[in-house]
This record gives sequence, structure tokens and C-alpha cells, in this order.
Amino acid sequence: MMVLLSLIACGPPHQDAAGDKAATAGGSSGGRKMIQVRGSDTMVNIAQAWAEEYRKVEPNVAVAVSGGGSGTGIAALVNGTVDLANSSREMKAEEKEKIKAKFNKDAIEHVVAYDALAVYVHKDNPMTRITKTQLQAIYGESGAANNWSDLGVTIPSCADGSIVRLSRQNNSGTYEFFREWTLGKGDFKLGSRDMQGSKEVVDAVASTPCSIGYSGMGYHTDALRWLPVSTDDAAPAIEPSVATVHDKSYPLSRPLYMTSAGEAEGDAARYLQWIQSDAGQAIVENAGFVPLPAAMRKPAP
Amino acid sequence: MSTSPRTPRVRARRSPVVLIGERLIEVLIHACGLSAVILVFSIFAFVFREGFTMLGRLDWGQFLGSIEWYPSSHSNVRYGTLALLAGTASVSLGAMTVAVPVGIGAAVFVSEFCSGRLKEVLKIAIEVGAAIPSVVWGFIGLVIVNPLLIDLFDAPMGLNALNGALLLAMMCLPVIISVGEDALKAVPDSYREAAEAMGATRWQMVVRVLLPAARNGLLAAVLLGVGRAIGETMAVLMATGHAVHLPTSPLDSVRTLTATIAAELGETARGSDHYQVLFVIGMMLFAITFVINLLADLIVRGSRR
Repeated sequence: MMVLLSLIACGPPHQDAAGDKAATAGGSSGGRKMIQVRGSDTMVNIAQAWAEEYRKVEPNVAVAVSGGGSGTGIAALVNGTVDLANSSREMKAEEKEKIKAKFNKDAIEHVVAYDALAVYVHKDNPMTRITKTQLQAIYGESGAANNWSDLGVTIPSCADGSIVRLSRQNNSGTYEFFREWTLGKGDFKLGSRDMQGSKEVVDAVASTPCSIGYSGMGYHTDALRWLPVSTDDAAPAIEPSVATVHDKSYPLSRPLYMTSAGEAEGDAARYLQWIQSDAGQAIVENAGFVPLPAAMRKPAP
Repeated sequence: MSTSPRTPRVRARRSPVVLIGERLIEVLIHACGLSAVILVFSIFAFVFREGFTMLGRLDWGQFLGSIEWYPSSHSNVRYGTLALLAGTASVSLGAMTVAVPVGIGAAVFVSEFCSGRLKEVLKIAIEVGAAIPSVVWGFIGLVIVNPLLIDLFDAPMGLNALNGALLLAMMCLPVIISVGEDALKAVPDSYREAAEAMGATRWQMVVRVLLPAARNGLLAAVLLGVGRAIGETMAVLMATGHAVHLPTSPLDSVRTLTATIAAELGETARGSDHYQVLFVIGMMLFAITFVINLLADLIVRGSRR
């Protein structure tokens, strides 16, 4: 589908993309203009909701969204096959250099929403909070906690008492964010079940009493619980919520970006502005993410 | 050349257009035949090209001897595939312990114990079984086998080596049954008649006459099944739990070589070390399946002699 769309959208070559055969920025087919967006799996749902809603606002512009991960989106931006890259992490220095080298412009990262990761456990798990130290013991390569009893926790429906660690595949933005926050430069303990998506983690936790997992706050359902998180043992544990993300007291939250090579132009610029306006931000809330605070919003285009 | 009086006249009537057309079709058919060979070689060449610069740089001791698979570490990147190899081996072995006895048994049943309608129905059912897409099997593993294993074994999670092995067994069975049945069918009827004439029961005939006589063909059936099991991706990706871990029990989650490639290749930067190592894993899979197919081929040849 994506390939087909990018073929259709293959307009005149991007003026700065020297020798790039697949530049689609500003491409059009017939009267319909096309904006290509790719990247973070965390952002796929919300990006699709934006694209659908934007159709009503601007019927002549079609937005094509696909996932694949933050790294994939940025790689596609470097290759010139997309106009905007969805990314749930800050760009790496080497990625910025690639953009600079290719387009002779700086990459510009626009904050479009916030994501808060939540630490999820099964409903039967009696824990009321979790500290960074506990997460390090559970997830860290040298962490000592392999059984719930190591943390002084007993889960009635978890027969053998082992901690079933759920994680993500090793190049998802969620994986990197959680690893960086919990372990810094360190690595995860081997043997975690690595799920392919945010929803898979939540589903698996809901059906596995012995498990613990991390996933977007927007994926919370009534079938499982999240734990308030604290950065150190003395600090108060903070529950994930819009308010705690905005006042930056909830530690496990991050901005979500849409990145363009150079300042976005034309349709893509208007699309970005719409996303950062009240209309676009209303959708963020519905999708379970945290919208921008009023001060960071832009007027509707 | 025929000397019959009619042939030259027929030949004379053929126009040059027809002759050229025939020649073209001949070339086309040749090209079709060759394309299979060319495709296989180009796939191999592609996999090799993407990964070969890594071959020299790779720490082979770690690659083959360590379970530490940390391709995206910030502090210490490690490419140990031992756990992945063990994952592939455990799932494939598990699948074979289920699929070989059941498959050979089914082949014997279809070939020797049933006839007429039942045989036709069974053969069609087996062929349909071979056509079920692997993602469907993966889904079955996820939503049916997973809760079943939790209930049956009190496992903390049903996505594990056993789940993957059961699915793979189901997927290999059609191959093993149909190739195995062909092997049994190739045993001359005179063997059966001789066995019956000696007063052998049907059980004795199957165990002492037919199985030894069809030994090579049956072995080839099993090896083709193993090849399928090792190469399978989607079903094991969904059903094994995808954990880098040396399995100590069938209820442990594992991760296979193929699932690792499928899960990670999409998001690695082209040409990076991680990308190239995934292609080296591809070469390793190529080597494993090549050896297995070669063995199967040699054994089939042996059985024809």
C-alpha cells in the first residue's frame, strides 16, 4: 500500500534532494495533494486519526500514514520518501547530520503531543507503587529480582511466582525510552518476552498474572492496572495523568515529534499547524495521549 | 528423422512464421526453467552481498558461543546468537518429536489401511492442510493454544517453545504425510504379497517389511519437514513468546533465528552493523536449510537405486 502510494505521489523531484529518485515532498496526483507521514508505532493510531479528520478540513489534501518505528520514519525522511517523520524520541546526532548532509537544512522537530509510558501489572498484583530501583532490579541486566518474592510481593493467581517480564522489540522507540529512563546506558536483562506492539504488551499483561510490562498510557484498559512511579525510594510515587505529564512531575513521559527536513512548507506546514491547534489537539486527547498545554498551541491555519 | 512419406510434406507446409514462433516458445520455456536457478542464486548473492563485509569483522566466538543478543545497546553491543540457535533447534526438535511419529503413522494408514472414498477424502484434507497460511497458524497459537497451555500446565504464559513446536508440527505434517505415503506406495506389491504368503499379520508386514523397504523415502519426508520447521517465521514469531533465553523446559519462551530477522530487519538502518549481522543470520539459515535439503536429496537418490 505504502509503495503504491509513494509511486502515485511521485511528483517533481525535491529541489534539494540531489539525485534522490523517490522525493515526494509536495508531490501531487491529479488535483489531490499528498502528504506522506511515516514513523513511530506509538503514534500510528493518533497520526491516522489526524489524517482522517484533516480530510474534512482540507478535502484536497490526502495524508498517507504508516508505522514501522521512529527509526524507520527518520530513515524515510533522510531518503526523501516522506514529508514528515513521526518520532517518539529525539533525533540522534547522526540522524541530524544525515538530514543536514542530504538536504543542506537542519531537521526541525515539532512537538505535537506527549506520551506517558505506564508500568502495567495484572489486576491481581497487590503492588501500589513502583520505584526506579525496583524497575532496575526487574529489567536491568544485572538486576537481581527474578521472582515476585524478591520484591516482597505475592500474587495469588501467579502459581510459580516468577516475574514474567514483557518488553518490546529492540528498535522500538518505546523500548529505547524505557531503557534510557530506567537503566541509562545499561542494557535489559535477557529473557524478556519482546512484544511487537504497544497493544500486544497490554493484552499480554491483562491475561498473565505473573507479568509486568510497559506501554503507552493511552493503551490502558479496565482489564489491567498501572502503577504510580517514583524516581527514587524517598520521592512520592506519581500516577500518570494529563496534569502530571504537563507539570512534568510524572517521570515516564516524553514529547512526541513530527520532524521535517528544514522548515515544513506548503501543505505539510499547514497540516502541522492544524495538528498543533485546538482542533488537532482535541484528537490527541481522544486517542489517549496527552495534548499540548495551551501555551504551546498554535492558531488554526 | 522419419522416413514415412507424409512427414516431409507436412514439414514443407510450415511457414517461417510458425518456425520462428516455435523457436521463440522453446527459448521462453528454457528461460522459465532457468529462472528458478537464477532466482535462487540471486537471492543467495543478495543475502551474501548485504552481509559479507561483516563476515570478516564479526567476533565469531561471541556470535556462535554467547547468548547475549544486544544489537542496540548503547554501552556494549553484543551479537551472540546461541540462544536464538537454541530457540530454533528446540522448536524444530519439539515439532519433529510430534510430527514424525504422527506423520509416518498417518502415511502408513493412508497408504496401507484405507482405500476408496476415505483415502481420497484424507488426501484432499492433507493437501488443504498444507495450504493454510502460516500467519493463520500463528493466530491459532495466540488465541487457542496459549490459554490452553496456561490451563493445562499452569505455565505463567502460553507463548513458549511448546506452543511453537505444536504449531510447527501441524505445519510439517502435510509434507511428511504426503511424501511418506509416496515412499510407501513405491514399495512393490510383491513385497506385500510375499509377507502375506509367509503368514505375517498386517502389523508385522508394516513394521518388518514396508517401513524398512521405504526407509529412505520416509527419511526424506522427515528431512523436508525439518526444513519447513527451521525456515518457518510468522507462526513462531507469534507463538513462541520471543524471548532471548536458553530454554530449559518446553514451557520456556524462546526466540528463533527467523523471528529475529523478521522482527528487527524492518527498523535497522540499511548497511549498519546490526543490519549486516541479520543478513549473516540469514546466511546461517541458508546454510542450515541447504545442508538439510542436500541430505534429503542424497537420501532420495539412495532410495531410487
